[in-house]
Amino acid sequence: MRRQLPLAICFVMGVSMVVQFFIPHRVSQEFYRTILDWYRIVFAFSLVLGTGTLIKVHWAKISKKSKGWQYSIITIGGLVFMLAVGFITGIQEGTLFMKIFEYVEVPLEATMFSLLAFYIASAAYRAFRARTVEATLLLIAAVVLMLGRIPFGYYLWHKIPGIAEWILTNPNMAAKRGIVIGVGLGMISTALKIILGIERSYIGGGK
Amino acid sequence: MNLEKLMRIDRRLIFLLIALAVIFPLLFPIGLPTHLSKPVQDTFNAVDSIPPDGPPLMLSIDYDPAAMPELYPMTLAILRHCFSRNIRVLVLSLHRAGPGIGEMATTRIAKEYGKKEGEDYVYLGFKPGFGAVILRMGEDIHGAFLTDYYNRPIGEIPMMREIHNYDDIPLVICLSAAAIPELWMMYAGSRYHQTIAAGVTAVSAADYYPFLQTDQLVGLIGGLKGASEYEKLVNELEERLGVDKKRKESLSKEEYEKLQVSHSKASAGMDSQSIAHLVIIAFIVIGNVAYFAQRRRKR
Repeated sequence: MRRQLPLAICFVMGVSMVVQFFIPHRVSQEFYRTILDWYRIVFAFSLVLGTGTLIKVHWAKISKKSKGWQYSIITIGGLVFMLAVGFITGIQEGTLFMKIFEYVEVPLEATMFSLLAFYIASAAYRAFRARTVEATLLLIAAVVLMLGRIPFGYYLWHKIPGIAEWILTNPNMAAKRGIVIGVGLGMISTALKIILGIERSYIGGGK
Repeated sequence: MNLEKLMRIDRRLIFLLIALAVIFPLLFPIGLPTHLSKPVQDTFNAVDSIPPDGPPLMLSIDYDPAAMPELYPMTLAILRHCFSRNIRVLVLSLHRAGPGIGEMATTRIAKEYGKKEGEDYVYLGFKPGFGAVILRMGEDIHGAFLTDYYNRPIGEIPMMREIHNYDDIPLVICLSAAAIPELWMMYAGSRYHQTIAAGVTAVSAADYYPFLQTDQLVGLIGGLKGASEYEKLVNELEERLGVDKKRKESLSKEEYEKLQVSHSKASAGMDSQSIAHLVIIAFIVIGNVAYFAQRRRKR
């Protein structure tokens, strides 16, 4: 029963939503809206679940004094502090909540992301070697795109931005379109397998 | 110089040169001119075709602070474009870290242009559920968002009385560093025939070119370069409309100059990006020259 009930709910809901799509009747539309509202409510609970799991994991680390447990105190402290500040001061522009967001979270996240520039530069120097024909093509495409995406490329040769655009709209697009179509077909087949109960890994165990 | 040394340059030296390449142009701007690309011009034209004081543009802030250096300048440029032409804006966020960015951008630009919340723009805030929210807004925006960001019931907001679903929205622009524009295309575009444009980070721009050809996207702003192009178009528009002249007359010299700097953030960033790209290319060339010289010597 623990396995059959979720499979049955999944089958009924999956088929209902497919059928509903083709019926423009008022009842069908109302059913669709109700399901969308339920979907959003369930999704909102996933945020609650995520927060609960975060607290559970870090609380366990603190109580067991596992490696780096001090950071867990900062994590839980930060979570509680931001929640309290948000509830007390509000979340509009000019409040303490927004000041912390702007002067702490924004620079921290931007710094983490900007580190990529250094690693990309180092990786490009080490990896972009014209060892084979394929590697040479990749190297040329990368250099043309890097030049095409900056104003300097235009001054070097006015056709470089056009060539960069051509790479994006032709070879790149052909490859990307193939991937998108493949992913789309994969999504349809996976959805069908889930609705028909062939793919059961989402309820734990099985194929 | 020893070829082995050229083949194995210390990565700390690479890091240092990249840091200098980024910092120096920010301190001493070069002012490299920007050349327009078609996807950005198309986005600008799509926004520009919305009638003043008519149906609003929907701007979805679907990115977190990590992507702000690239996406925030285009957010500001789009808002400036709308407000300088009296186009109303409906702002929302589907990303958990987006609401703060949306609040910062909308409030500041609205204040700069003297726009009124609830009449000239509405900030709906965040709703979890990505695709479900997009689909629900296709049926009824009032059902998807019961209140705005400031907890005001949607029905009480004057601008929202005329807006019910995508039929009342001429254009959606999704700004994202992830795959959220694809959700907008799949759900709002395919199911409700909504016109969509996207602003994305440079690294993900290549993924969206197939959708430009199929008209699933009417325009694309890619990375800081795209943002600087849009910024240039808006600055030119403001000059044509006389907005810039009025601003110059009403503000003190310091205030005006400060504003000019904030209106050219993407263009200033492009100087850094240009030099950083050249440094990376120089390292690639050095690495390859050393590689081929070493290979010849071994033969």
